[in-house]
Amino acid sequence: MKYRDEYRTPEAARGYADAIARITTRPWTLMEVCGGQTHAIVRFGIDQLLPETISLIHGPGCPVCVTPIAYIDKALEIAGLPGVILCTFGDMLRVPGTHSDLSAARARGADIRVVYSPLEALTVARENPGHEVVFFAVGFETTAPANAMAVYQAERAGLENFSVLVSQVLVPPAIRALLERPGNQVQGFLAAGHVCTITGYEAYEPIAREHGVPIVVTGFEPLDILEGVYRCVRQLEKGESWVENQYSRAVRRPGNAMAQHVMQAVFQVVPRQWRGMGGIPDSGLGVSPAYRSFDAEARFGTVNGEDEIQGECLSGAVLRGEIRPDQCPAFGTRCTPERPLGVTMVSEEGACAAYYRYRRPAGGKACE
Amino acid sequence: MPPITVIADPPEVKPVSDSCDNHCPPLNDDHDVVKMAHGGGGRAMAQLLDDIFRPAFDNPWLAQQHDGAVVDMPGTMAFTTDSYVVRPLFFPGSDIGTMAVHGTVNDLAMCGARPQYLSAGFILEEGLPLATLRRVVDAMAAAAVDAGVQIVTGDLKVVERGKADGVYINTAGVGKVMAPKPVEPSRVQAGDRILLSGDLGRHGVAVMTAREKLELESAIESDCASVVQPVLALLEERVDVRCLRDLTRGGLASALVEISESAGLAAEVREVDIPVREDVSAFCELLGLDPLHVANEGRFIAIVAEQDVTRATDILRRYPVSQGTVDIGHFVQGTAGLVTASSMIGASRMIDRLSGEQLPRIC
Repeated sequence: MKYRDEYRTPEAARGYADAIARITTRPWTLMEVCGGQTHAIVRFGIDQLLPETISLIHGPGCPVCVTPIAYIDKALEIAGLPGVILCTFGDMLRVPGTHSDLSAARARGADIRVVYSPLEALTVARENPGHEVVFFAVGFETTAPANAMAVYQAERAGLENFSVLVSQVLVPPAIRALLERPGNQVQGFLAAGHVCTITGYEAYEPIAREHGVPIVVTGFEPLDILEGVYRCVRQLEKGESWVENQYSRAVRRPGNAMAQHVMQAVFQVVPRQWRGMGGIPDSGLGVSPAYRSFDAEARFGTVNGEDEIQGECLSGAVLRGEIRPDQCPAFGTRCTPERPLGVTMVSEEGACAAYYRYRRPAGGKACE
Repeated sequence: MPPITVIADPPEVKPVSDSCDNHCPPLNDDHDVVKMAHGGGGRAMAQLLDDIFRPAFDNPWLAQQHDGAVVDMPGTMAFTTDSYVVRPLFFPGSDIGTMAVHGTVNDLAMCGARPQYLSAGFILEEGLPLATLRRVVDAMAAAAVDAGVQIVTGDLKVVERGKADGVYINTAGVGKVMAPKPVEPSRVQAGDRILLSGDLGRHGVAVMTAREKLELESAIESDCASVVQPVLALLEERVDVRCLRDLTRGGLASALVEISESAGLAAEVREVDIPVREDVSAFCELLGLDPLHVANEGRFIAIVAEQDVTRATDILRRYPVSQGTVDIGHFVQGTAGLVTASSMIGASRMIDRLSGEQLPRIC
């Protein structure tokens, strides 16, 4: 498959791995931000090719995982109202709220529909004029433009029965928050390529400068990630800290102006709670005043509540990169995708789910 | 079962069927739909059976109009059943009727048996156009001819509108076991090789694109097909077939994990050798699906003794349905249920069963 297979050739992978080993003189700890990258690392065994002195820490970049439980509860509350159709991306279905999840609510009769694009939710609204159609808009900067476009089009079409429950989050403030946490170990970042396709990477430049960390905008194929690691280690070894673009086939420094335009029109920057990381100022998007009538929180009440991770689940520490999934005592035994204790075991992009799927010897015990 | 009711249409219309006692109007595919009366056991049902089902499945057992089929079956028999609830009923490359036959005959083939007789149970939704029902039944009839089986008995129920997706079908099948030794996971030994009969993922992707109305540049067609012929050929030519498994729900991954668990052995496969068509691969990448988990309806793995691998591959490649057969790996001593794949970049990963339903990811 073009644009994929050439980024998965074993010879080139070995070549990068050897090059990384050649330039590495001491231990370095890097974080890949995006859950898609975590998934690729574990699936292809990329970390197995790296020298032992390079540690990859998995970041908080799983949109499902960082959505606060209060939003899941709100979505469940809205979906339970008569005359409401809740549209959502598929991987939100099994995310546990306080007492239930959307999949169980659907089984009990709530009208919850999986859509592949927010624009499909608009079609549902058009076809069901007697219903309130609510789209659960979650994700990073990658999903924000399409979600914004749905609101923009609803406004233009005068669709009064459409609204969005927004839990959008932004990557740069989260990177800052991680760097500013006491005990931070991360020395360099692989930034999420697809996020930067939308936003560009100017916003990362002050972070690299102020915190003295290299940030490499990185793609998702094995060779992308290996090259990202190589560039990051090269900067660290030279004592440099600037923003480099490994993913130049998709990312430009200014990003996608049209996508940013619709995001800025429909959304505004707001403080957000992150599951596992708490409140982070200016780290999310909410509906802007001009489009307030499409905000589900304006129609169905605001989302309240601090985020709490209960019981023995250590997903907060996993999301902050403090532990690897297989270092959690419950991993693979009391916590599995079928009976998850936390959301990182549920989502396709969650680090625990990736480890469970690709790194767990049969019998359940975590591997090392 | 719903009460027997007399259909409301005027009786004076010219009759076409003897079993209607000259009271039923002829079925009109352009306008008629399935009504509750068609499941009532009365004239309307008799007319439906005579007009659509019996001509399509035409055989002496059905012609007897008996409560069941009496068949003569010497030797060891294999017996299986499966229900088909696919939506939409027709999708690129196949349909529910074809699946209902091929799925069940393939299950018999996986037992090392030659499929012979099927039963077919239909649950029809009130309002289903008769033209649609006829297409489904005709497709089943064609699939039965293709697989060399007879549909010898059946049942029909009608449920109220909104209670089903048009039509649900259950088929059960029996077949004569042709394998000289049992074909089952317990016979798999360390060193046995895993042959995959062709590319993966087309059926699941075809149904998903049709269901979700996803627009692709070119339609990906289901691989739905009978695999009876190549399997029987393996058995007739005395290949030591240890185990067979069709790769339906859960895909190759679930099949390998299940066999590995039952056999008490680990399995190792080479991901680069597992064929996935480019368009299927692109679709899966886009939606975050693993082709190893996607359902197939015309694919199977044959686990054969190491010394038979070349001969088995040659035999399978003679048949169009399995002409893409490849050797993808082998079983080894190790933890039961542990299936590992050497990844494309040369590292290794575990292959697990699918958890829950397949859901497209956010980004």
